Amino acid sequence: MSARVLVGVKRVIDYAVKIRVKPDHTGVVTDGVKHSMNPFCEIAVEEAVKLKEKKLIKEVVAVSCGPQQVQETIRTALAMGADRGIHVEVSGKDYETLGPLQVSKILAALAKKEEASLIILGKQAIDDDCNQTGQMTAALLDWPQGTFASELAFEADKLKVVREIDGGLETIKIKLPAVVTADLRLNTPRYATLPNIMKAKKKKIAMVKPADLGVDVSSRLEVLKVDEPPTRQAGVKVETVEDLVGKLKEAGRV
Amino acid sequence: MFAVRRALRVCQGVVKVSAGVSRRGCAGAVPVDDIVNGLTEEQIQLRQTVQRFFQEKLAPYADEIDKKNEFPQMREFWKEMGDLGLLGVTAPVEFGGTGLGYLDHVIIMEEISRVSAAIGLSYGAHSNLCVNQMVRHGNQKQKEKYMPKLLTGEHVGALAMSESNSGSDVVSMKLTAKKQGDHYVLNGNKFWITNGSDADVLIVYAKTDPEAVARGITAFIVEKGMPGFSSAQKLDKLGMRGSSTCELVFEDCKIPEENVLGPLNKGVYVLMSGLDLERLVLASGPVGIMQAVLDHAIPYLHVREAFGQKIGHFQLMQGKMADMYTRLSSCRQYLYNVARACDKGHFSAKDCAGVILYCAENATQVALDGIQCLGGNGYINDYPMGRFLRDAKLYEIGAGTSEIRRIIIGRSSNAMFK
Repeated sequence: MSARVLVGVKRVIDYAVKIRVKPDHTGVVTDGVKHSMNPFCEIAVEEAVKLKEKKLIKEVVAVSCGPQQVQETIRTALAMGADRGIHVEVSGKDYETLGPLQVSKILAALAKKEEASLIILGKQAIDDDCNQTGQMTAALLDWPQGTFASELAFEADKLKVVREIDGGLETIKIKLPAVVTADLRLNTPRYATLPNIMKAKKKKIAMVKPADLGVDVSSRLEVLKVDEPPTRQAGVKVETVEDLVGKLKEAGRV
Repeated sequence: MFAVRRALRVCQGVVKVSAGVSRRGCAGAVPVDDIVNGLTEEQIQLRQTVQRFFQEKLAPYADEIDKKNEFPQMREFWKEMGDLGLLGVTAPVEFGGTGLGYLDHVIIMEEISRVSAAIGLSYGAHSNLCVNQMVRHGNQKQKEKYMPKLLTGEHVGALAMSESNSGSDVVSMKLTAKKQGDHYVLNGNKFWITNGSDADVLIVYAKTDPEAVARGITAFIVEKGMPGFSSAQKLDKLGMRGSSTCELVFEDCKIPEENVLGPLNKGVYVLMSGLDLERLVLASGPVGIMQAVLDHAIPYLHVREAFGQKIGHFQLMQGKMADMYTRLSSCRQYLYNVARACDKGHFSAKDCAGVILYCAENATQVALDGIQCLGGNGYINDYPMGRFLRDAKLYEIGAGTSEIRRIIIGRSSNAMFK
């Protein structure tokens, strides 16, 4: 197989950082906050690199959309084993409103331009939790999709995808080219080794503007307000079943 | 965006207690501004990678390592570090090393110490004291024999210099090595040896010519299991618990002649020049500890409330934050600059001593301030603040005491006016 795989990598606020909402409720605080690659994107990169190591594919291309800083995220993918990167430059207001639809259009355009036969993405990003980019990209390209993948295998010109669904697993076979989104159990991403971090420096990152790809990144959505989730109220301890029923009645639950 | 994050955090085992204050803080809770630090893109990537590795693989055990004074998973962890190329940062690629510089090594040493200073110390003893001395003074045959396993983590390394009656006055050591045919016979003891009970390969300094004092010292490579060599009691320490420290005993221990490291009777040069780089790399330990204090104290100040507001908004606490941050930042800049100079081949004994002197004393102060920020919680062992203080204190003693470091700097300043 001499396929090329496109992997989307998103720069998000690190999963361990406590999120703070801006005082004016327009979004969350990102300045001076530690960012890293979206964990599901890491799983996607790992899967692509594994496919390459098994010689099932030829090249892994890591793509990220955003300002200059997303190059760090692309470098992480390169250090993990991706062959080259594409930085789609989106900044300022466009970056603030960049959503799944815009990113899908970019990915679809890049997939055609790069003649990719497989796109692997994270099932969702841990910042906006949209879970839409994979599906939209498949729709725009009119390619089959295998979302929430927990297992991936090539079978001749087809791809076997085991999907995590409510209440169990579903196994599907899809034709290439296709879009796959990675779920948590697909694999455990590796740590980049020191020598690979240094080698990543020599790998190329191409810069592209959405306009070059014929993509309009303006958003159809407007964010009205961002709020903290409500804080959980403290519970009460009860001694007996009678107490419990009494409390529930008091609260109007039974 | 909160639900998946919470799920991921649970997976990674970040523990929250009822008060809503994280007891096991997170390396990365207070970001390090590496643009200010002047790191290259690769070095920033290096920090991110090792930070995560240590957070996931070491942080869950850090408190237990301290409480139990042991690290049962050490061998496995060493191999994982070997896989990432962390054990031979300054070792050449031809022997399986990573072939990077001192600043890269310093970043790794800082990040491991940020999570567990004790295991950081063991890492420093292995990767700098043992490996780097082998790199600098070993001959081709010795390197081929010992380096590969030290670099994969299959072997643990150590270096033995001090004796129970010979610490700061290191050249007064009593361990003797008498030549007998094609080997040397070692008799005597070594004390306070980091990794002593775990080490497979040790660099040991001994007197080959006791009359000649400093000019009679030679370095040897000793293997675990050599007849006549044994490690005695594991020492019960104030801090750095879980980094094994012990006494070594040599009773008619035969060491083959080819295990002499560097020139005969010139061991004091091997020792002293190695000490400069040891001080440089180990100075990252206290820097990592200071960062760990901030990682825990600053989030705490923004959760804990008193008199109706977060205590971080009181000016006295802001003063503490400012002082702790400034101490850490100035130490880090000095450290990184001296490391960069060493990478250019400019080794300044005065500055290697200066860096660890300044970093160590500031780390103790910052750790004390950290305890104060947490008040009553800082004083109980449910929080790691006490561990930071106990660990920090070691760096005023190990690798030459603060007093010796001042002597080095003072003498070097006097030398300019001789």
